[in-house]
Amino acid sequence: MLRYILHRLVLTIPTLLGVAVLVFLMLRMMPGDVVEVMYRSEGANVPPAVIEAEKKRLGLDQPIPVQFVKWIGGVLQGDFGYSMWTGRPISYEIGIRLELSLQVAIMATLLAMLIALPLGTLSAVFRNTWVDHVIRVVSISGLAVPSFWLGMIIILLLLIYFHWNPPLIFTPFFENPRENLSQLIWPALAVGYRYSAVVTRMMRSTLLEVLQEDYIRTARAKGLRERLVVVRHAMRNAMLPVITVTGLEFAFLIGGLVVTEQVFNLNGIGKLFVDSVSRADNTMLQALVLLVSVCYIAINLVVDLLYAVLDPRVRYR
Amino acid sequence: MSALPDIVYRVPVRRHPVVTFMQRQPLGAAGLIVILVMIVAAIGANWIAPYDPLAVDYANLLAAPSAAHWLGTDSYGRDVLTRIIYGARTALAVGFLSSILGSVVGAIIGVASAYFGGKIDLTIQRLMDVILSFPIIVLALAVSAILGKNIVFGIDANLIIAIATPMVPTVARVVRSSALAIRELPYIDAARVAGYSHARIIFRHIVPNVTAPFLIMLTAFVGQAILLEASLSFLGLGVTEPTPAWGLMLTGAAADFYQQAPWMIVFPGVAISLAVFAFNLFGDSLRDWLDPKIKL
Repeated sequence: MLRYILHRLVLTIPTLLGVAVLVFLMLRMMPGDVVEVMYRSEGANVPPAVIEAEKKRLGLDQPIPVQFVKWIGGVLQGDFGYSMWTGRPISYEIGIRLELSLQVAIMATLLAMLIALPLGTLSAVFRNTWVDHVIRVVSISGLAVPSFWLGMIIILLLLIYFHWNPPLIFTPFFENPRENLSQLIWPALAVGYRYSAVVTRMMRSTLLEVLQEDYIRTARAKGLRERLVVVRHAMRNAMLPVITVTGLEFAFLIGGLVVTEQVFNLNGIGKLFVDSVSRADNTMLQALVLLVSVCYIAINLVVDLLYAVLDPRVRYR
Repeated sequence: MSALPDIVYRVPVRRHPVVTFMQRQPLGAAGLIVILVMIVAAIGANWIAPYDPLAVDYANLLAAPSAAHWLGTDSYGRDVLTRIIYGARTALAVGFLSSILGSVVGAIIGVASAYFGGKIDLTIQRLMDVILSFPIIVLALAVSAILGKNIVFGIDANLIIAIATPMVPTVARVVRSSALAIRELPYIDAARVAGYSHARIIFRHIVPNVTAPFLIMLTAFVGQAILLEASLSFLGLGVTEPTPAWGLMLTGAAADFYQQAPWMIVFPGVAISLAVFAFNLFGDSLRDWLDPKIKL
């Protein structure tokens, strides 16, 4: 077991390194840099000497390998450096926005689980009946509707029926939970719909597989009520892949947030990402992408290890 | 002696596979019909659309749906219905081209990885892992920002590359696992013993046997590609004005005025959702029909 864990841990190192190198190279390949963007927005005729000095200050004049080693050295010590745009530490800039995005993400996950587990189960149990068809159409729609458009439609409906507009200021949860929840539930719903669709489909397909296992037949043969067969025997065994997909989607929620935060006027990680792209704020982008990828890899690793703990066959393969 | 009962032979009716598909997969058939309607709209946009998609009409800014403008007009007075019909061109062109590109490149990588095995396989798989650990939209955003714009025949070729890139590792993985199973079959050994070249074994013996997963992934990705294009255009990194594109119709002035003129955003969004829905439905049914074991 320990050997397996070590093996998996060692395997993540090249992946992490690959991610770091790729992020770094991609950003250096982008046309234009932060200094240009900054002075172009000033609209003034800035003398080249000033631009050179600014580039030197940000370390952009050094060869790319040197820049990379400096950056990765800092990251390994937990120092992500400073935003090239605001000049403040990256960890500070991310920190002030993380609370909001994380809360939306957690609320979306809870919503998704709450919707997906019962729907997926019903869909599998009543396979090929109208119940299944309706649920499948609802969940395939979830994958089709763009979350940012769903957000706009939600705002529109709230405006028509409740004369509610998304507030311009974010209220932290511990300051005023009611205000906070009424503000964030809608973006959570907008990104949560797609999320719940993914989980519903996973729940349905794994449950269908599990329901064909021998032990389900045994449970039925010994006269167990169907409800108990489904809840105790089938659902429990179907949960693992469902949890995996939930975890991986969680890491990728940033993708949904990137567009949804724009619609709801939320100043979170997603908006920070889009803003940093247009500002060519490389240090910020490196940190953000690395953060998301590390989350994804970590969740993947935890899931793999969990599988190994629960299913001894995996360990010896 | 009693008469023997007549023997009734039931000869199975041979139907065209398309007909069988329509009967067994009604949901998929519905998807297919929507897709066909879209294709007709895209090809015949010049004849079907009531207005010129670029015609600005300052007398009718933000006009509500009416007999003249069925779905209303936008902030330049352009007809929304017309722009949705023309937008089908952009959506389909980008959707099909990028998913074909992504699936072909992914399939080549997957087959090569499975066939050659060993160190090559390990290296390719690690690289695919790296790419897979980027969120799709982040990767597409980055690629599109790096490559800039490169308009060929009215379509941004680099946008297609940007949308195709995140598909590659997924296709490569699925195709690889199918190809791995085939590699172990006796007829591949036979082909090797017969002294055939790598290329011949790959293209004549392995590739035909991985077409089912390949086709399934291809259709599934058209919908995703349309959605991704809409998101990128929404963020201003996809298709640019004045090209009619659904994602683009939801941004800019539409985002500012949609509370006064909801038709500006409602209908393009419905178009995106319906298109992606149709492709997903069709792709899903195709998978159930060809190979239910494939997981996307």
